[in-house]
Amino acid sequence: MNRTDAITLLPLIVVAGTSVLAMLATAVRRSHVFTLCMTLAGLAAAFGCAWPAGARAPRQVTALLIIDDYSLFYFRLLIAAVFAIAILTYDYLRKRDLHREELYILLLIATVGAMVLVASSHFASFFLGLETLSISLYAMIAYLRRPRPVEAGIKYLVLAAGSAAFLLFGMALVYADLGTMEFARMAQLLPGTPGDALLISGMVLIITGIGFKLAVVPFHLWTPDVYEGAPAPVSAFIATVSKGAMFALLLRYFYSAGALANRHIALIFTIIAIASMIAGNLLALLQNNVKRILAYSSIAHMGYLLVAFLVGGEFAVDAVTFYLVAYFVTTLGAFGVISVMSGGDGEPEQLEDYRGLFWRQPALAGVFTVMLLSLAGIPVTAGFIGKFYIVAAGASSARWALILILVISSVIGLFYYLRLVAAMYATPDKEPAAATMPAAFIGGAVLAALTCVLLWLGVYPNPVLRMIENVFPK
Amino acid sequence: MSSGLDSSILTLVTFIPLAGALILAMLPRRDKEIRVFALVVSLVDFIVSLHLPAHFERAASGVFQFEVNIPWISSPNIHYHLGVDGVSMWLIVLTTFLTPLCVLISWNSIHGRVKEFFILLLVMETALLGVFVALDLFLFYFFWESTLIPMALLIGMYGHGRKIYAAVKFFLYTMIASVFMLAGILWLYAQTGTFDFVDIQRAIQSGQIAHFSTAATWLFLGFFVAFAVKVPLFPLHTWLPDAHVDAPTAGSVLLAGVLLKMGTYGMWRFNLGLFPEQSRHNAPWIVALALIGIIYGALVAMVQPNMKKVIAYSSISHLGFVVLGIFSFTQAGLDGAVFVMLAHGVSTGGLFMLAGILYERRHTYEISEFGGLATPMPVYSTFFLFIVLASVGLPLLNGFVGEFLVLSGAFQAHALYGILGATGVIWSAGYLLWMYQRVFFGKVKHDVNNALPDLSLRERTALLPAAIMALVMGVAPLLWLNSIDPAVHNSLALFTQMASKVVGQ
Repeated sequence: MNRTDAITLLPLIVVAGTSVLAMLATAVRRSHVFTLCMTLAGLAAAFGCAWPAGARAPRQVTALLIIDDYSLFYFRLLIAAVFAIAILTYDYLRKRDLHREELYILLLIATVGAMVLVASSHFASFFLGLETLSISLYAMIAYLRRPRPVEAGIKYLVLAAGSAAFLLFGMALVYADLGTMEFARMAQLLPGTPGDALLISGMVLIITGIGFKLAVVPFHLWTPDVYEGAPAPVSAFIATVSKGAMFALLLRYFYSAGALANRHIALIFTIIAIASMIAGNLLALLQNNVKRILAYSSIAHMGYLLVAFLVGGEFAVDAVTFYLVAYFVTTLGAFGVISVMSGGDGEPEQLEDYRGLFWRQPALAGVFTVMLLSLAGIPVTAGFIGKFYIVAAGASSARWALILILVISSVIGLFYYLRLVAAMYATPDKEPAAATMPAAFIGGAVLAALTCVLLWLGVYPNPVLRMIENVFPK
Repeated sequence: MSSGLDSSILTLVTFIPLAGALILAMLPRRDKEIRVFALVVSLVDFIVSLHLPAHFERAASGVFQFEVNIPWISSPNIHYHLGVDGVSMWLIVLTTFLTPLCVLISWNSIHGRVKEFFILLLVMETALLGVFVALDLFLFYFFWESTLIPMALLIGMYGHGRKIYAAVKFFLYTMIASVFMLAGILWLYAQTGTFDFVDIQRAIQSGQIAHFSTAATWLFLGFFVAFAVKVPLFPLHTWLPDAHVDAPTAGSVLLAGVLLKMGTYGMWRFNLGLFPEQSRHNAPWIVALALIGIIYGALVAMVQPNMKKVIAYSSISHLGFVVLGIFSFTQAGLDGAVFVMLAHGVSTGGLFMLAGILYERRHTYEISEFGGLATPMPVYSTFFLFIVLASVGLPLLNGFVGEFLVLSGAFQAHALYGILGATGVIWSAGYLLWMYQRVFFGKVKHDVNNALPDLSLRERTALLPAAIMALVMGVAPLLWLNSIDPAVHNSLALFTQMASKVVGQ
């Protein structure tokens, strides 16, 4: 590995290095604020390093990683998201009495895993990135060491380990058939091979592994429990960084290897997309727990993303990427509200906890409303533009059946988002308990920033769209 | 004409309220200053919007004026394309005219979260104005959907009774229906590569769009359903009484005064403008629904025990006239339809304000709670009578002109349309005057009502413009019609053959 390689990998190295430094610093002396500052500084530095790396992109660094505009775009997105999550985590942990510093270390390690996933061009790095991400998540989910978080952590551990085994087996089958583990090499070989049973079963097993991480139907069963059990900032991390990185990999792998051309594979994804949209939205209707609602809604959103992914065509990558950006901002905002609202002894999870929120904390209710409307895809928010893009992408390739299901399931989705919004604006039956808690300044600042970004993307998305178009030249 | 102002005037008019709302959000919570500020912003916007009729070239009112067309989103190709013709111009002025009155009428009736109320009201105004100025289908849809949120919040937060239920019902009905319009818009985009109304219209007329003939009926229906729910056309009207009854007064005024017109405006602009063939084809059943709406709305209004419900159902009846006029495809009918839209905005807005004033005093809309109010509240009852007469279509007041034109257009299209429509006029006189009689005449039935204070200066200030406008529109309708007429004529040019056939009969 020479100097240029090192510079292109700098974002990755800086985040990894920060986690080591944070660990050492914690060993010497515990300080919550210091660890946070260190984490944020490291992330900011890594974000900045994306520019020198970009000047040397695209570059294949060993057979494992490829640093191109695509990877760097997702690096920035992931780092920005983790930045917001770290601040929310600070707010969240401040009210709790436990060792706080390790969560930041885990957060950074998980981020490294996500970044490796995004940049991977080889089965080995794919698997390594995935495991780095997953193993940190086991601990992050169970971090509070109470019965429910621990239960969620164990659940995630068992299922993730199982799905990793499937993934590994699938990779082995594909390798046995094609004799390579490099994505680029597969792209050359695939068109030549008739889709034989070995390859198809390998692919299906890989899809199982990916599907588990994305939490699409029928691999979604862990999602509500884990979202519910994990601390709110960690749920935000799972919903955004973990899923987003996986989706970035999915795009790269299936587009660059051309696997979607196989109609069996395409059919499997179509079924998964349809099932996720319908089941996610229908199941969310039955919930009274806000975190579970968000969990099921995220299943549906992965379904929408798969629609754009399936459509292909010139729009699709732009549509997926923009939607992911919008989804990141929105989901961070929604979980951010939950985490800002949570006190020292629990989180406001039930719908009842939000009843009349507007009359107690109008700003917070306003932010949550904007986030929910964005999830529902109502204009003036980023979610609307994102959904519009997906539908437009589908329309331009005349995939009317998928579009129809997307539209119908979004309408179903409206019901539960509105239920939450309606609860927030309902006049409270009794006078609220006075002084619910002081509005946390630092968490509030993150929420305000996210709301501004969301509205900006919803009203004038052009700059971001341009940026995305430049990342994926036609 | 000063070209600099002309190209930015629509942007100004549309976004002044939004800018005002943003400033309002930063002001401290001092209710009095907030009210004054909201009033000033809405008045300024009204005055600025008067630039439009003042500088409008009536000779060329068939084409879009004050146009702005700049790229907004590069891919897909979406433009910030604004422009008005003789019809949308007056709908804009109607909106800016009603908003200051809404501010005045809500002066004391909002308790708690006053600041948010006026922010929502101003945001609402921007969204409504955007609907009427947008000439890009995406932009239109954007504003169209944006009206939902402030209105639903106004109902849900500041209404009374089952307000959350009403707000959610309103939101879901209109949202679900407009999804069909979105599908239509996207189909057109997929085929033409543009969202621009003018370009799409041209492409359709020149027959360049592939598969258009097979899809056209579906497209027509997609747009029509979205608009029909908004109007609301029978049998899609059930959200309206709930929304009206539980909305705060200002919400009702904007809902009846402007929001419903989005539906009829859309029918005229998009259904007629883009799909003339299909409009003609589907006109019989649409007219039938409109006629049912006119008569059904009037009959149901007659038996309502609740004042606000009477007015709400009267809206269904009046908007039936608008749809009847539009789908008569005659010059008189369309002129009348647009005029009814404006007149109904003024007079029904007035009626809702009057009902709201009573509600502030007694906290009820039940007709049986009143009776003999003419004695304690003489000024109030005079205003009420004036507006009621305007609404029932007394000659020299604004309701008459529009209904007369619609009915003459309907007679030209088919005698039966005219006859059935005309009965609606009789019914409306019946239910409104009967309501008036029960509320104001006779002896005071409930002692509390003896002590009711008459109108305050502020309330008179809010009602007077509506009353004056009702009179002016009735006496000098040409002020409006001479710019409406060419625009309508233009859209009818699409129907030349059919129109000449009908007239020739």
